[in-house]
Amino acid sequence: MPDRAVAPIMKIRNMNKFFGGLHAVDSVSFDVKEGIIKSVIGPNGAGKTTMFNMIAGYHIPESGEVYYRDTLLTGKKPFQIASHGIFRTFQNLKLSTHMSVLENVLLGCHTRGSAGFLSGMLSLRKGREEEKRAVESVIPVLEWLGIADMKDTEVGNLSFGDQRAVELARALASDPSVLLLDEPAAGLNMHETDILSERIRAIKDKGKTILLVEHDMSLVMDISDEIVVLNFGQKIAEGIPEDIQRNNDVIRIYLGGEDA
Amino acid sequence: MKRYYPVLLLAAVIIIIQLLTLITGREFLLTQLTMSAYYVLVAAGLCMVMGYAGQISLGQAGFFAIGGYTTAYLTTINFSPMSGKAVFKVLDAAGLLVTKTTLYGDTLVHLNPWISFILSVLIAGFSAYILGVPILRLKGHYLAMATMGFGIIVYRIVLGTRMFGEADGISNVPSFSLIPGIRVSGDISRRTVNYYISWLLVILAVLLLTNLINSRVGRALRSLHGSEEAADAMGVDTARYKVAVFVTGAVMASVAGFFLTHYNGGIGPSEAGVAKSVRYVAIVAVGGMANLWGSIIMGLILNFLSLRGVFGHFDDAVFGIILVLMMMFMPDGFINRSFFNTLKSIIRKIKSNRGDSNA
Amino acid sequence: MGAEQFLQYIFAGITIGSIYAFVAIGYNIIYNTTGIINFAQGEFVMLGGMTAYSLSNYIPLFPSIILAVIITAAIGGLIENIFIRRMKKTSVLGMIVVTIGLSILLREAALYVWDEQIRALPFFTGSEISSVNILGARISPQVIWVLGVTSVIVLSLYIFLKYTLTGRAMRACSENSSAALLCGIKTGNMVNLSFMISAGIGALGGCVLSPLTQTHYAMGTDLAIKGFTVAILGGLGNPLAAVAAGLLLGLIESFSISILPMAYKDVISVVILLIILLVKPSGIFGSIQASALKDF
Repeated sequence: MPDRAVAPIMKIRNMNKFFGGLHAVDSVSFDVKEGIIKSVIGPNGAGKTTMFNMIAGYHIPESGEVYYRDTLLTGKKPFQIASHGIFRTFQNLKLSTHMSVLENVLLGCHTRGSAGFLSGMLSLRKGREEEKRAVESVIPVLEWLGIADMKDTEVGNLSFGDQRAVELARALASDPSVLLLDEPAAGLNMHETDILSERIRAIKDKGKTILLVEHDMSLVMDISDEIVVLNFGQKIAEGIPEDIQRNNDVIRIYLGGEDA
Repeated sequence: MKRYYPVLLLAAVIIIIQLLTLITGREFLLTQLTMSAYYVLVAAGLCMVMGYAGQISLGQAGFFAIGGYTTAYLTTINFSPMSGKAVFKVLDAAGLLVTKTTLYGDTLVHLNPWISFILSVLIAGFSAYILGVPILRLKGHYLAMATMGFGIIVYRIVLGTRMFGEADGISNVPSFSLIPGIRVSGDISRRTVNYYISWLLVILAVLLLTNLINSRVGRALRSLHGSEEAADAMGVDTARYKVAVFVTGAVMASVAGFFLTHYNGGIGPSEAGVAKSVRYVAIVAVGGMANLWGSIIMGLILNFLSLRGVFGHFDDAVFGIILVLMMMFMPDGFINRSFFNTLKSIIRKIKSNRGDSNA
Repeated sequence: MGAEQFLQYIFAGITIGSIYAFVAIGYNIIYNTTGIINFAQGEFVMLGGMTAYSLSNYIPLFPSIILAVIITAAIGGLIENIFIRRMKKTSVLGMIVVTIGLSILLREAALYVWDEQIRALPFFTGSEISSVNILGARISPQVIWVLGVTSVIVLSLYIFLKYTLTGRAMRACSENSSAALLCGIKTGNMVNLSFMISAGIGALGGCVLSPLTQTHYAMGTDLAIKGFTVAILGGLGNPLAAVAAGLLLGLIESFSISILPMAYKDVISVVILLIILLVKPSGIFGSIQASALKDF
C-alpha cells in the first residue's frame, strides 16, 4: 500500500455514546483512507456495532463527529447519509421478503433516480427510461453474484446464502463510494467466506472504500488493509493486520491475559 | 402490459353488472352500486396508507366530510339575491357562477362546483399534511389515535355549527356538470351515466395507483412495507413518503366525498363519524392490508350489502365482527397470498384437465 | 366569575376528570403488560354502570355495584382469553384494530341488551337535589363519593403495584416480558389479570359516576378518545400520572364552558391530544428516553 499522505475519505473523531449509564463507545477516533478495506473488530460488547450504527446514522452520538470528505455526517438521518454515497448492509438481512430479487436490488438504485410521485402515477417517459436504465445497470451485478437467474423469485424463498448475495447486490446497485458491511460473514461456512473475501476484494478494486465490522478473524486478517480494535467501547489498537496480530493488548483481550 | 389486466377486468365486470341490471330490470341497484364506488375510492386511498405507510388512519371519514361539506356549503349559497353587488359581478365575469331554474321557476345562482372541488382537495390535503408531518415521524401507532381525534373534531364541528346544518346536514346540493351533458346528479334519468362516472373515477384512481406502485416511488413505498430500515438505508426519505401517502389517501377521500355529495344532493354529519372511519379500516383489513384489489372488491361487496340494508340493525356490528375475526385469523386479509395460490392451482387443474381430455 | 361559581366549575371538572382518569388508568395497566392500546376501555365503564343498573332492580345498590364490577372484570378477562391471547403473531397495529372491533361489538351488544335509553344509578346518598355545602359551593354528595372512590383506587393501585408480589410481577412484565418469564412469572396470567383489573376499575368508575353523568350504551367511544388523551398526557404507562392528567383535562373542559360554546367542549380533548403528540409525546410526567424505548 503506497504510503501517501492522502486525505482520508472518512474521519471519525471522538465518538461517544451512552445507553443510560453504559458508556458504549468511549472517545473513539480513526480515519478511513480512500480505497482501502478497513475492519472494526473486538469482543462481544466492545461497541463495534454501536460505532457502526452511529456512522450509518442510526444512533446519534452524545459527542463526536463523523466526516465524509469534508461533510459532517453526524446528526444526519440514514437516508441523508445514503445520499452522499455511503451505503450499508445489515447483519440480519433487511430484505422485502415478498418482493422479487430484482425489485429488492433495484431499491439500491433509488438514490440514483429522481422520478417522483407524479411521474410515477402518470407513468411518464422520463421515469420509465430511468427504470430501464436502472434494470440494465443492475443485471451485471446480479450475474456477478450468481443470482441473475433467480431475479424474479420472491426473496423469501431463497436460501440464506442467496439472500446474503441479494443484500450485497442491493448495496452495490447504489454505486456507493463507501460500503459499510455489517458482519458480512455471519452464518457463512468456510467456502462461502472465501467467496466473500474475493468479492470484497473485487469491490475494492473498483475503487470503493469498505468499512466492515466482523467477528470472523480469518476473513478480517485476509482482506483488511487496516484494522481497528475496540474493547469496552475504547479503541485499543489500530494498524495493519500484521501489527494487530502481534499486539499484546489485542492478544490479551481475545485470549485472556495472565491474571496472576 | 401485464399490470393493466386487472384494471381491464374490473372495467369489464362493471359493464357486465350494468348490463345485467338492465336485462333483469333491476336498474335501481345502480344507485347503491354508484354510492359503493365512491366509498371504494376512500378505501383504496386508505389501503395505500395502511399498506405502505403502515399506519392506521381512523380519520378517513373526516377527510371525506371535508370534501363533502366544503362543496355542500359553497354550492348552496344562493347568489341571486346579490345580483347587484360587486362580488356577484366579479364572480360572474370570472365564469364562476352557475345559473339554474328550480322546479318552481325560481332562479338560483350558485358557485361553480369546480371551485369547491379545488377547495375541498386543498383543504383535505393541507389538513392531512399538517397532521401527518408531526405524527408520522413518531414511532408506533399514534396516527391511529390522532386521526381518530381528527375525525372527531370534524364530526363535532359539522354537528355543532349552524352553517353546516348541525344534525340535519346540508341538503339541496345542486348537481355538478363534469362536461356539458354529463352531470353528477341523483336524477333517475341520469342513473346509468352516474354509475359509469363513479366507477370510471375508481378505475382512474386504480390506474394511477397501479402506475405508482410499479414505479421508482412505488418500489420505495413497497420497501417501507417490507423493511423500513432498509428503505431508509437505501436513501428513501421515509418520513416524507409516509406523509405523501397519507395526503394522497386524504385527497382521494375528499374527492369521493365531493362526488357523492353532489350525487346524493346532500351530506350529513354521520359521514364524518368514527363508525364510518372504522368501516373503511375494516374493508381494507379484510381485503388485505397492502392489497389494492382486495380493498376494491371487499369495498364493493361490503358497502353494497350495507347500503342494501342486508345487515339491518347490525350494520356497525358486522363491520366490528369483521375487524376482529380478520385480525385474529387472517391478518393478511381474506384475499391474501394463499387465496391467490389456491386460485392459481385451481386454474392449473382446469387447464391440465382440459389438456388431458384433448390428448 | 364569583368564587362560588369558580368552585362549582372546579368540582364539575374534578368529577368529569375522574371518569377520564378511570379510563386512562385502565389503558395504562393493559398497555404496561401488553403494549396494546385497548380501545374497548371506555366500554368497560359503560358496562359497569349498565350492569349495576339492571342488577339494582333485584338487589340492593351496593351489592349490585360490587357484582357489576366483578362481572365486568370477568368480561375483561374473558376478552383477553378469547381474543387477545390468540394473537401472539399479530402486530401491535393488528391488536389495536382488534380492540376497535371489540369495542364496537360490546357497544352493539349493549344496545341490544339495554336499548338506547339513558340509564342512571340512583345517588348513593341523598338524591339529585340534595347538596352539601363545601367552601360556599353547593356540591352533590355524589361528588364526595367520586373523589373518595378515586382516592381509594389510586391508593390501592399504588400499594398493589409497589408492595405486593403480584403487583411487582405485573410491573416486571411491563419492563421486560422475557426477563419476567425467566423469573418464573407467568406472563400470560399477568396479561389476563391486567385486563381484569382494568375492566373492574373502569366498571367501578362507571358505577360511581352514573348518577351524575348518566350511562348510555354509546358513551364508550368518547371516553376512549378522552381517556387516551389523558393517558398520553400523563405519560403512557404511568397509571398514577393518569389521575393527575385526568383531573387536569376535566378542569380544562369544565372551565372551557365559560369561553367556548358547549358544542365544542368535546373538541378540546382532541386538540389537547394533538398538541401533546406534537410537542411532547412522552407526556407531562413521562421521560423522553423511556418512551423512546417502548414500542408504541
